[in-house]
Amino acid sequence: MSHSSMWDSISGIIRRDLLLAMRRWSDAAMSVFFLVIVVSLFPLGVGPEPAVLRTIAPGVLWVAALLTCLLSLSRVFTPDYLDGVLEQMVLVPQPLSLLVLGKVLAHWMISGLPVVLLSPLLGLQFGLEGEALGVLVLSLLLGTPTLSMIGAIGAALVLGVRGSGLLVALLVLPLYVPVLIFGAGAVTSSMAGIGGEANLSLLGACLVLSLFLAPWATAAALRIALE
Amino acid sequence: MQWGSASEFFAMGGYGLYVWTSFLATALCMVWEVLALWRRRAAARAEQRAALLGGTDETAA
Amino acid sequence: MIWSKYSAPQAFYPLAGRLIPWFAAVAVLLMVVGLYMGFFVAPTDFQQGESYRIIFVHVPAAWMSMFLYVVMAIWAGVGMGLNARLSFMMAQAIAPTGAMFTFLALLTGAMWGKPTWGAWWVWDARLTSELILLFQYAGVMLLRTSIDDLRRADRSSAVFALVGVVNVPIIYYSVQWWNTLHQGASVSMATGSKMAATMLMAMLIMTIAFWMYSIAVILARVRCVIVERESLPAWDEKPAVIHEAVEAR
Repeated sequence: MSHSSMWDSISGIIRRDLLLAMRRWSDAAMSVFFLVIVVSLFPLGVGPEPAVLRTIAPGVLWVAALLTCLLSLSRVFTPDYLDGVLEQMVLVPQPLSLLVLGKVLAHWMISGLPVVLLSPLLGLQFGLEGEALGVLVLSLLLGTPTLSMIGAIGAALVLGVRGSGLLVALLVLPLYVPVLIFGAGAVTSSMAGIGGEANLSLLGACLVLSLFLAPWATAAALRIALE
Repeated sequence: MQWGSASEFFAMGGYGLYVWTSFLATALCMVWEVLALWRRRAAARAEQRAALLGGTDETAA
Repeated sequence: MIWSKYSAPQAFYPLAGRLIPWFAAVAVLLMVVGLYMGFFVAPTDFQQGESYRIIFVHVPAAWMSMFLYVVMAIWAGVGMGLNARLSFMMAQAIAPTGAMFTFLALLTGAMWGKPTWGAWWVWDARLTSELILLFQYAGVMLLRTSIDDLRRADRSSAVFALVGVVNVPIIYYSVQWWNTLHQGASVSMATGSKMAATMLMAMLIMTIAFWMYSIAVILARVRCVIVERESLPAWDEKPAVIHEAVEAR
């Protein structure tokens, strides 16, 4: 298959999913509100000391990003599963993993990108400044696509299964641990003056690894679910 | 042999609580696993037997 | 080939039944020897005193927890590749024993950590990856029980088990890396002192004992799984049951 037709099938899926998401824009808005509320609860629980807030900020923001991604995972495949579109995707000549990649990228644009764009604001709430704020945005920019990639595997595995909401959390959260460590670690080390480059490049490595493996595993899981 | 008496053995140099909890927990888990498997096997066999006997009755009738 | 003959559950069932007593006997024998060596031959550790004797269950449990996960994933992979029912059944039978050893490794680790480090838990690379391993065992088992269709349950939990194999080493190295960043929290597991030969010997014997125990228990469980899943009668019971049926008539 040529490059242009590969890209066509991916971008076709992305355009379609974005269009569908725009029609149901309240879903995307809800996950953004969820993020803001979760992050705002921490200062109220921990106390307003700026030094404490700055210390916990990378972890809090990153955990909140994980949870936001997790909550939106059921939207990746379930609508298409329910109306039968997914079954046709398995049958079309294009490789299923490519279509999966398109769907995951669309999911990231709907649920991951808003987190990245909102993060400087949330970082300011916690007293992050300058370089640390930049590293936070960069780490989320590199990390949230990985979260969507890994999350798609879990979403495909629990498709149509009873109690899938909790189950997908149980499956996916352990797989998110490395991303959390590198992502929050990048911000922490930049605040400590070591610079976040090493952690950021590890996040990049995670992204590349998941970009190669996750669509393939997700496609396998989808085929199993649709058999 | 390094233990002067039984009580010295059970005290484990003051670490008795930690040492014996570890070994006891391991032993209990293993015994529990074996017993659970025993029960599972009995249940599976009883079900099979019931199915088989029921099947024979049907053909007899 | 002899192996392909036993890949059918019907053929494997009696073979497993014949093997179980041998593995169980070796396990009991080695446990007795290992415990005797661990408690009566191995000397007191000059740094940690008697508390170090926990390693005679801790290290074997930790090794088995990781080893069994890899074996489970291999069976899952073989099942996916060859579409073999027995491979999926083996993977299913391994998970509970693996999870049990993971739990024991964490529990005995806490029992060892408290007197040695003064804390029940530290966020060390080994402890953290062991905890995540427990979550992954739970995920494999819960995914299986949540799916009613057996074929899908087999394959879905196999995919998750295989994904988890990639995850655990990444977590191990990422936590190690993370700990070098947070220097205050890092704790070295290395005891510093060289282990006496008898200590090492007792630990190895206990490990082999746990290994043999695992094989016996897993074979017993795979027999249960075969009886539960195949709608055929329990093969070794057949004559007795038929006799009973005849008597009943």
